[in-house]
Amino acid sequence: MKVERKCKIVSKEWLNQDAVYMVLEVGDMVRTSCKGPGQFVHVKCGDGLLLRRPISVCSCMEDEPEDTLAIAFEVRGEGTAWLSERQVGDTLDVLGLLGNGFQVRPEGRYLLVGGGIGIPPMRGCAQYTQGRSTAILGGRSADKVILQNCFQDECAKVLVATDDGSLGYHGFVDALVRQELSEDKNYDAVLACGPKPMLRNVAKVAEEFGVPCQVSMEERMGCGVGACLVCVCDMKDGTRKHACKDGPVFDSKEVDWDA
Amino acid sequence: MHNVDLSVTLAGMTMKNPVVVASGTFGFGREYGEFYDLSELGGICAKGLTLHRREGNPGPRIAETPMGILNSVGLQNPGVDAFIATELPFLRQYDVKVIANISGNSPEEYGVMCEKLAEAGVDMIEVNISCPNVKAGGLAYGTRPELAAEVTEVAKAHAGQVPVMVKLSPNVTDITEIARAVEGAGADALSLINTLRGMRIDVNTRRPILKMNTGGMSGPAVLPVAVRMVWEVSNAVKIPVLGMGGVSKGEDAAQMMLAGATAVAVGTACFADPYAPLKVRDGLAEIAARQGLSAVSELTGGVKPW
Repeated sequence: MKVERKCKIVSKEWLNQDAVYMVLEVGDMVRTSCKGPGQFVHVKCGDGLLLRRPISVCSCMEDEPEDTLAIAFEVRGEGTAWLSERQVGDTLDVLGLLGNGFQVRPEGRYLLVGGGIGIPPMRGCAQYTQGRSTAILGGRSADKVILQNCFQDECAKVLVATDDGSLGYHGFVDALVRQELSEDKNYDAVLACGPKPMLRNVAKVAEEFGVPCQVSMEERMGCGVGACLVCVCDMKDGTRKHACKDGPVFDSKEVDWDA
Repeated sequence: MHNVDLSVTLAGMTMKNPVVVASGTFGFGREYGEFYDLSELGGICAKGLTLHRREGNPGPRIAETPMGILNSVGLQNPGVDAFIATELPFLRQYDVKVIANISGNSPEEYGVMCEKLAEAGVDMIEVNISCPNVKAGGLAYGTRPELAAEVTEVAKAHAGQVPVMVKLSPNVTDITEIARAVEGAGADALSLINTLRGMRIDVNTRRPILKMNTGGMSGPAVLPVAVRMVWEVSNAVKIPVLGMGGVSKGEDAAQMMLAGATAVAVGTACFADPYAPLKVRDGLAEIAARQGLSAVSELTGGVKPW
């Protein structure tokens, strides 16, 4: 069941110049609608903007009296700018939890790959698998590799790549995925979130090594629940699915990477 | 506050309240049915159907504008047979009027779909002659009176006892001309407005936001245009009008009804607030009560023009 709740901001932190981390009290939202890591919430960003903004859940927890949920987002436009200006104690209008998350088993071992603002949703997967997974985090520069400390605590191993070489490996995450899988293929799946070209490259490497791969896709969204049909993802079989309802996580082999 | 009778009758179809959800904004009801009981609504205009399944347009399909959106979905739908087999039985669990919305590439396709839907027992058929997002048919039927009349005649001939409502495009010079042609061809009701054609450009990439370059505009920004057209059409025809376009609160719905609408549809407002249709209903009831009306239907056509 999906719910709309008025949610209080209980903490807020800037992770770098553009990215904000917020913890919200979300009532019974986690209890009623959590299906696993990788889902998203749809947040109303002021009265002047019609559309809500979809934001991935970083981590969430059932709690008393209210469940809590952490989000991290990058300021990209008017809506996220408005959201970044909210303060601790302010209330947000949130729909959640929406979409299907990653298919993960708590006893599994996964290779988690996050690029830039695609890093936060991988954190839920790290927590869910209780320290057994490996994380590969990437960004344009060192400051874009956010939440690294959390992954250090919640993963068996963390590898970092930056486009400019300012932290870790100088290059893209798919090179580190290749390096890791050539040393150790014993993962249940590669789970990835980030820009589409990154996802395509990671999916390609996973396929080469015969490891299943799930990707979380980002599309311009309307209703967030599957009614308006705008957040279209082209599938290899010629059909068009929707990020909000069918995804945002898809099996990488389903996706038409050439679309 | 005294009780106001919220029921309205649109072309022989009586609804418990005048709030319908607009086609293309509510899927087949399943998604918003997770938020509230669909029986709370007066009617549901289902997502636009075509004879065969359509995957619709490539993305991006949506762009935001001040108090509005542009969309270019392109009638993605599972086809009329799949609707009848799986979606209609789902909707029939609820005490709500089901209005099927259809688009065809030819008058014959409209006829075939009407026959199937009439046999399946929908409460009303909304004939879309105004979709701006498809190449064949679509808007062409809605912008030429003789073609609009032809499609209406075919639909009526194949719909049996099921009332036929024709959805008009605002992308015309004189909407009353099309309205009269459709009325003359036997339409039982009219719905308006469909979306207004629009465009947004990213100045950095110099690319339109929508992959189809242009799309249909909806949302609160279009309300005054819609109210004006509902008013003009209501004055030009005798058949009832379902008013839509930017309705997001009770006052908007009251404006539509004063302009001449028998009932109203809520569309884009659902994206911001899934509960918008229920809030529109309650807001409308409150206004009617405040004005001492015994029935909300007393608002229809009540505008006092200067």
